[in-house]
Amino acid sequence: MPDSPAIAVQGLSHRYGDRTALDGLSFDVARGEIFGLLGPNGSGKTTLFRMLCTLLPVQTGQAFLLGRDVSVEPDAVRREIGITFQSPSLDDRLTVRENLRHQGHLYGLSGPRLRDRITDLLGRVGMTDRAGDVVSTLSGGMKRRVEIAKGLLHQPQLLLLDEPSTGLDPGARRDLWRYVKQLRDEQGVTILVTTHLLEEAEQCDRLAILNRGVLVALDSPDALRASIGGDCVSLRCDDPETLARSIRERFSVPVQQVGDSLRIERAEGHRLIVELIEAYPEAIASISLSKPTLEDVFVLRTGHRFWEEPVE
Amino acid sequence: MTQFWLSAATLTEREIVRFLRQRTRVVGALGQPVIFWILFGAGLYGSFQPPEWAPAEMKYQEYFFPGVAVMIVLFTAIFSTISIIEDRREGFLQGVLVAPVPRSAIVAGKLAGGSLLAIGQAVLFLLVGQWLHYLGLAPEIRLGLGVLDWLCILLFLSLLAVTLTALGYVIAWPMSSTQGFHAIMSVFLLPMWLLSGALFPVAATGWLSWLMRANPLTYGVAGLRRLMYPGVFTDAADGLPTLLTCVIVTAAFGLLCALAAVRQTSRRSALNTR
Repeated sequence: MPDSPAIAVQGLSHRYGDRTALDGLSFDVARGEIFGLLGPNGSGKTTLFRMLCTLLPVQTGQAFLLGRDVSVEPDAVRREIGITFQSPSLDDRLTVRENLRHQGHLYGLSGPRLRDRITDLLGRVGMTDRAGDVVSTLSGGMKRRVEIAKGLLHQPQLLLLDEPSTGLDPGARRDLWRYVKQLRDEQGVTILVTTHLLEEAEQCDRLAILNRGVLVALDSPDALRASIGGDCVSLRCDDPETLARSIRERFSVPVQQVGDSLRIERAEGHRLIVELIEAYPEAIASISLSKPTLEDVFVLRTGHRFWEEPVE
Repeated sequence: MTQFWLSAATLTEREIVRFLRQRTRVVGALGQPVIFWILFGAGLYGSFQPPEWAPAEMKYQEYFFPGVAVMIVLFTAIFSTISIIEDRREGFLQGVLVAPVPRSAIVAGKLAGGSLLAIGQAVLFLLVGQWLHYLGLAPEIRLGLGVLDWLCILLFLSLLAVTLTALGYVIAWPMSSTQGFHAIMSVFLLPMWLLSGALFPVAATGWLSWLMRANPLTYGVAGLRRLMYPGVFTDAADGLPTLLTCVIVTAAFGLLCALAAVRQTSRRSALNTR
């Protein structure tokens, strides 16, 4: 089914007992894109990941991977997707090569074809010289590289990565992302990444932001940032509540309180800064101006309910 | 079908390689039963009275011999399934569960791996046990078995090993910690072995006799006993089930456990994500 989207999720919900982990999620992932699922811990992204990789049952709604329903044809889905788990799924007591060999067998590969594939992948992830080492002797970063090689062994058209940067140093993180983009560009592999790291989310072609099991935003990182429409002014002060009320009355701008600081989004923020400093020379401890980041998008979208409530 | 065999074989191989790389497990699984055999044999030497279906000159250690072999099968098979709990905790299991592998192949790989280890250890014990009298640690045991007898023993041990590994699988699958498994081991599996006729003959009457007769493992011990002393228990000795009964009960119990194991493994649940 080459015309279908790589992933199609329709009205997906999931409950653990009384707790709703996912609530009516719908989105599509196009073929050949790097799609990020961004959310803090407990946002439901790991639950979604596990449903997509056939570990958890679909309770309500539907999920199609490469045109196949995960509930109806789990084996067909399993054959075509590659998965890299957050906690490595390697056998610690076996060598790198043994781990990959067993993985190959589980995906129906064997003989010289499997051997070539293992050699090729070990080279790509830079682990050729450690192939004979027992996994327990490897560093966290190396394990992750083997884990990725494991997920790619059967040349899947769709790769699911759960928090791929966990435990990686910045250098290894860059290497990983270079390789992920190479997969997309050279082989047209579709990649779904879950992450709670904003700099990682920046690397994605499109991003879905999850909060408490609800999809709160879906677009490219640039478009999401642009949606804020202007600059971000943040200021710290001793009495944020009083100051926020006062600023709202005086400047009639929306003010969002985050902890003990205030955020204001506005075009031409530099002018506002001058006005604010002149208006409250005593109350403001520090003030800064920045271009909107994904964090701003996240704060804006998830804090929505609170700061739009009439405070006046 | 090829996919079934390829994945079952690869999982079996992994199970065995893993076991052999843990020296302590190798020593523990064989060492404890041998020590049991020698110490119980020496301690109970005087107080043992052979049951009426056994020859009067049978020594306790001779009686106990098949029972220890079954103990080895039980312990090795059961302990091999603890790896399910470890695999789940270490993440290996989720990697297998998301692979396009028939769930029955996952069970088959585990059962074959655990069984091969158990059979290997039990056979090793049966061979070595006969030589221990040269060290003065056991009476002379003359089994006088031919190749065909050994083949039958091997087949029956295999059946028993698969059955007990399947039992271990069903117990280990829903467990989140190995401590829980050890608890089950001491309150359920060890008594099961104690009441199997391995250590003492099945009681003739009373609650104990019913408990022992209801115990599936009793038939494993009796079957092995019959096969190891073919000249001694030819006639339907009272109190010792026939070989056919032993095979049927063991196979039926094993099949039940194996089916339950496949069912458990096929179910997608929150268990898979621990």
